[in-house]
Amino acid sequence: MKAEENHGNTKKFGMVIDLDVCTGCGSCMVACMAENNVPFRKDESDKLKSITWMRVYKLSNGKPYPETDICYLPRPCQHCEGHEGHSPCVSVCPATATDYDMQTGIVSQIYTRCFGCRYCMAACPYHARYFNWYDPVWPKGMEKYLNPDVSVRMRGVVEKCSFCIQRYQAAKNRAFMEGKADIEEGDYQTACTQACPAGAITFGDLNNPAHAVYKLKKQPNAFRLLERLGTNPKIYYLSSREWVRRAGDNYLKNEGPAKIG
Amino acid sequence: MSNSDDRTQTVSGKAAEASSTDKPDGSSRGIIVLCFCIGLVVSLVFGWVVFPKLLYSRKQQPIDFNHNLHAGLVSNGCESCHFLRDDGTYSGTPKLAQCIDCHQDVQGNSPEEAKFVEQYVKKGIEVPWLVYARQPDCVFFSHAAHVKAAKMDCVTCHGDIGDSEHLKVYEQNRISGYSRDVEGASLIGFKKHTWDRMKMDDCSECHQKQKAVMGSVQTQKEGCFVCHK
Repeated sequence: MKAEENHGNTKKFGMVIDLDVCTGCGSCMVACMAENNVPFRKDESDKLKSITWMRVYKLSNGKPYPETDICYLPRPCQHCEGHEGHSPCVSVCPATATDYDMQTGIVSQIYTRCFGCRYCMAACPYHARYFNWYDPVWPKGMEKYLNPDVSVRMRGVVEKCSFCIQRYQAAKNRAFMEGKADIEEGDYQTACTQACPAGAITFGDLNNPAHAVYKLKKQPNAFRLLERLGTNPKIYYLSSREWVRRAGDNYLKNEGPAKIG
Repeated sequence: MSNSDDRTQTVSGKAAEASSTDKPDGSSRGIIVLCFCIGLVVSLVFGWVVFPKLLYSRKQQPIDFNHNLHAGLVSNGCESCHFLRDDGTYSGTPKLAQCIDCHQDVQGNSPEEAKFVEQYVKKGIEVPWLVYARQPDCVFFSHAAHVKAAKMDCVTCHGDIGDSEHLKVYEQNRISGYSRDVEGASLIGFKKHTWDRMKMDDCSECHQKQKAVMGSVQTQKEGCFVCHK
């Protein structure tokens, strides 16, 4: 397949999140909301209606004290490659509103093209997609804080994490001005990566041996969420605790965590 | 039996009567054809002449800027005023601070310049220029990528506005709010030059010609996030 060959020598942006380091502070969620103009409402208690591109989940091993242990798991869009770029959401979108880019490995969402059928939300096994039930209403004066590089969404469309694509576009712009052929690792980092005070999130090109994620994803403690579904996600998690690695999928008692691949 | 027979007779009789009155003679057929033709012409004229005029509001720029005159005075062509910042973002229409370098006081004898100095420079108000090429909010357009990396010239997309002595009328679609220069002057989509229209298909047309590798899985063209944000 031609497309697969292309992906070999192009970029494949991804993330490695160290769950042993994550403290669950939620800085990544806040940074993401601010960077991407994510709308919020006065009453955010109904989580079925709230939008969080990046969301921190709390996992527990379910054991009584003193063996009790918890783990916080940040979950952005997993940017599944699937098989030849056919990620679950891209396969079902009837409007070509969401697409997989073989040049960057990023699953795009074009809000003006989306008509809100929500097939993609049903297809996404990670609940990474959110529907705008309301038009965004910003508290008075807050429009001035909106990021001009990210378009604001309207009621009736689906949105999700874009790996801060506007930062990639800006990085490319700077490279053009400096006459550089390519961007470097530090030129393009997502908002959550930079906001994490513990340094739990590492972002970069999974295909580039010079990037930190290239080595981190190959660690023995690395796993991906719902590995056995074949979604081939680009978010890798690290944890030294076996129960956390087992929590990444619905394993039976006699099964061990699946290998990446 | 006889009753029903009578009824059928009367019914058929009526039908015959009706058909004889419905049948148009020569003159009434002519009127129908004439009415149809008039109706057709009226709707065509409305559709092609009246409606486009109603659809677009015509606005004059606040100052009738002379591009031709300025282009002869500056050293670096279009980029003298419409420059790229160091980080690759595009400065767009010049701000007052740039114009003030020369226009602190009236230089020549053009009434437009006098108006500009009086109404904007002296009061320190930015000129509310109407931007012909303003794209929708969801579009990411990089001037750096096109001008610096691809070495394209301004004319390819913007036409010969640099040689114009007067600014043309800004036509804005009353429904969409976009400029007619973006949507294209021709309603049937007829396009003579590359700068006649700035819609997605026009971008895509050129991108498909230039790029060897197409990233999109769905469309086999370039990825959506190349030009969208």
